[in-house]
Amino acid sequence: MTAPFDVNDNSVVVIIGTGAGGGTLAHELALKGIDVVALEAGGRHLPQDYINDEWPSFSQLALTDMRTTSGSWRVAKDFANLPAWIVKAVGGSTVHWAGASLRLQDHEFRALSTYGELEGANLLDWPVTLAELEPYYDKAEKKMGVTRTNGIPGLPGNNNFKVMKAGADKLGYKDCHTGRMAINSEPRDDRASCQQLGFCFQGCKMGAKWSTAYSEIPRGEATGHLEVREHSLVLKIEHDADGKIDGVVYQDKDGNQVKQMARAVCVAGNSIESPRMLLNSASSMFPDGLANSSGQVGKNYMRHMTGSVYAAFEQPVRMYRGTTMAGIITDEARHDPSRGFVGGYEMETLSIGIPFMAAFLNPGAWGREFASAMDNYENMAGMWLVGEDMPQESNAITLSEEKDQSGMPVANVHFDDHPNDVAMRDHAYQQGMALYDSVGATQTYPTPPYPSTHNLGTLRMSEKPGDGVVNGFGQSHDISNLFVSDGSQFTTGGAENPTLTIVTLAIRQADYIAQQMSEKSI
Amino acid sequence: MKAENEQALHFTKPQSQTPQSSFAKITRRELLKRSAAIGGSLIVGSGFIAGSTASWALEVKSLSPDTMATLVQMARDIYPHDSMGDEIYAAAVKAHDDKAAEDSEYKTMLETGVDSLNAAAKQMGHASYLATGWEAERTELLKSIESDGFFQTIRGGLVVGLYNQKAVWDALGYEGSSYEKGGYLNRGFDDIKWL
Repeated sequence: MTAPFDVNDNSVVVIIGTGAGGGTLAHELALKGIDVVALEAGGRHLPQDYINDEWPSFSQLALTDMRTTSGSWRVAKDFANLPAWIVKAVGGSTVHWAGASLRLQDHEFRALSTYGELEGANLLDWPVTLAELEPYYDKAEKKMGVTRTNGIPGLPGNNNFKVMKAGADKLGYKDCHTGRMAINSEPRDDRASCQQLGFCFQGCKMGAKWSTAYSEIPRGEATGHLEVREHSLVLKIEHDADGKIDGVVYQDKDGNQVKQMARAVCVAGNSIESPRMLLNSASSMFPDGLANSSGQVGKNYMRHMTGSVYAAFEQPVRMYRGTTMAGIITDEARHDPSRGFVGGYEMETLSIGIPFMAAFLNPGAWGREFASAMDNYENMAGMWLVGEDMPQESNAITLSEEKDQSGMPVANVHFDDHPNDVAMRDHAYQQGMALYDSVGATQTYPTPPYPSTHNLGTLRMSEKPGDGVVNGFGQSHDISNLFVSDGSQFTTGGAENPTLTIVTLAIRQADYIAQQMSEKSI
Repeated sequence: MKAENEQALHFTKPQSQTPQSSFAKITRRELLKRSAAIGGSLIVGSGFIAGSTASWALEVKSLSPDTMATLVQMARDIYPHDSMGDEIYAAAVKAHDDKAAEDSEYKTMLETGVDSLNAAAKQMGHASYLATGWEAERTELLKSIESDGFFQTIRGGLVVGLYNQKAVWDALGYEGSSYEKGGYLNRGFDDIKWL
């Protein structure tokens, strides 16, 4: 068969979402000759379309569909209907991501064994080890062109990095460099090299940053085995009398409800929409939603411990010039309970422009203190702090009272910090502020978490079916032809930015699905 | 907080038009003939407000000019940047007048909000909010209405209305998009010297 495929063709694999997980999986399966229909809720925007202006770009790319929030996290107060800052477009959040490509550490796959039982935390070991993933990490790094791997040089450091590096040296940090970034430091793989535009979050207009939007998706389409249907919003996943998935009902670009038949379905709509779809697909056979015999669908929502520190200096920094995430310190990523918390965190430079600084520096604040901080913008350096947060069963995606335009309940996102998250954030703020103080900061601004970009864990992997939703290959414990292919599978979060691991798992999952299909197991 | 969130989520129409564009050039002498100074640095006339040097003027369509002048002063007191002229703040709140022209409930909400702010000023012994001389005292007045929808609407609108203006970026030293110029690679991305 050659794309496009018939809606009644039940030999296709349907993938929901085209981001790091879905886009990678679609490409890998298509390369193997497996026919794929990818349903994407958003439209297609390519580098020439990206807007290097924060609010108009946000309007172009961000997912602003209705969601509700609850819990004590500050996002629920300041951005009640914007719990997550992710992308609704072909390529998903690989359009918007900063490019940091870090492997999880060995011990992070064994969180329960390493950290022990923590009150209130629903810790678990992954059913897969770093050693098992290493060959796939290799493939992912090569595919994405990660700097400091495969002989690819690191990116040059911008002003924001230079401030971080000087502070890191003063504090005695040993491991500070310009990162392992899926941003071309030299032309590679038909993509240009980074010109330091300063708008990584708005979609890279050079195409220097890796994104499935312009790498995996068009290459998959070129095989004739991948059809991407844009503006296709999935309503529910359906099953036959035997409890096997038989297709996906979605609203197409013209507003019609369509059912695409399928041999298997892979869910990759990010960790809020993916569990929402399974919950909204409840049936008489599966009254609690699909794949939910464990009761863990939507539970254990993680968003990484995050926070930022900006600092003002006597003289200009102009942090916005160049790559958004221009450097990293990994010294604090170790597990060292003597600091008062388990797990670790990364320190990564970050810059946002005036429009977003006004919205995120201290949401709701006003008066001379806030304006004074804004007056210091040109002299500011900034970093993001990102670390492992604890999975908690009560942090969950559930169905809200509110409905979307199709009458389907929207997702409610509930989140409370675990005491370990709070202790880690306090430590990270202190270290970030100390770093900038050491190079002469006149003011420091410990900035609260933004709406979540790293949404993880809501359909987690587990060895035992009772502890999670999918096995080590992202396959549902309950329904063999239903897969999870995004960050929802993460058993625990690790300290690292998750995209590289999502891509790695998708490459591995593609091999597994192909094998299962050839064995006629699915 | 709902109003604020809605404000914060609807970023699609940045208010960047300068006030001058909506009002014919007028001399300071003509302006003063048609107006009265009511405190603060603004001139308030019939159907318009203007800067004290008449370098800019803003036509007011729906709100009373006093209300508009109050909103401009509120904008400055909420996010006080002493290096920025009133025209930047006028541009930042102009959209409220546009919306009031289409929505009478909204207009009433704004006028009532300003009335209550003036009433609070009178209790403090001042003629009005605009006639309250010290920023610290005006800030105290704003604190007293901080949780009101009126205040949150004005503050929430300013996050985009003020800080999404190119003139503000220039004033704060943010250069924005660089793609058209070949990026920052050869334009100072690593030019820091003082470290």
